[in-house]
Amino acid sequence: MAEDPITGIVCPIRLDYTITPGRAQTRFLRGLESGKLLGQRCPATGKVYMPPRGSSPTHGLPTTEEVEVADRGTVTTFCVVNLQFASTVREIPYVCAQILLDGADIPFFFVVQEVDVNEIRMGMRVEAVWKDPSEWGPTLENILFFKPTGEADASRESYKEHV
Amino acid sequence: MSRKAETDATKGILTAPYVLEYSYTRSTGPVLGRFFSGLRDKKIEGIRVADGRVLVPPVETDPVTGDELDEFVQVGEIGTVTACSWLAEPRAEHPLDKPFAWALVQLDGADTGLLHAVDCGSAENLEVGSRVEVSWRDERHGFITDIECFRLLGD
Repeated sequence: MAEDPITGIVCPIRLDYTITPGRAQTRFLRGLESGKLLGQRCPATGKVYMPPRGSSPTHGLPTTEEVEVADRGTVTTFCVVNLQFASTVREIPYVCAQILLDGADIPFFFVVQEVDVNEIRMGMRVEAVWKDPSEWGPTLENILFFKPTGEADASRESYKEHV
Repeated sequence: MSRKAETDATKGILTAPYVLEYSYTRSTGPVLGRFFSGLRDKKIEGIRVADGRVLVPPVETDPVTGDELDEFVQVGEIGTVTACSWLAEPRAEHPLDKPFAWALVQLDGADTGLLHAVDCGSAENLEVGSRVEVSWRDERHGFITDIECFRLLGD
């Protein structure tokens, strides 16, 4: 039996890197190994950045003071994902949200599950669901997703700076 | 791949592999489609242009007149090196995992050079004018890599 004629070829484009997160983010990732979320404080404004980049984005100063932030916080904004695309590993629809962790001064992007997509809202209180500690490594993948805590919504006043 | 040694300054800092990859399927069109299909059957086909030359790989339109082309011509598996460059340190993506030469091979019956790898041991063994022949893969899928490489004639 003759094989089908070739009509398309797969063109591989691939770049292999070794990346390093640098000193500041290495400390953050090491914290994750023991289930800690370590932000860093700007010495000028006192704001806590999480994840830290090692310097204050507003003042350019090294952020040497480490501050543990909570693994729960407030949804400041969100997006319901309804489209399947190539790299999607979750069932649609699902929710991505900016979450202002308690103790942090900058919201952080995460997936929220165990919530009806019609229920997700600004101000909703959510908490991290962690993998079993035996599986923890120096990675944010230790956190599977966030889920609603059931607490009353945070007041808009508490996160209005971050919207 | 070489990795920088850990120094006092980098001690304890994490590193991780990071792969950026986007493979995409490219439509071959009828002419290159026939060329790739031919490779699967160990057949190398070029195409004849208005001035009589045979181009390998084939193209859809005449590079001089712009006319559509359709006269396929099978060429030989043996050819002559018209240009070459030695690659001493192949990387993972290269077609051979040992030092080899990139070469333009003008197959017998063709008037242009086909770029491919030549497995010839060392740079001294290959020069412009060297005669080489195709080494086919056992498993062929209709891609340029169905030709594993070229080897010196008689090797």
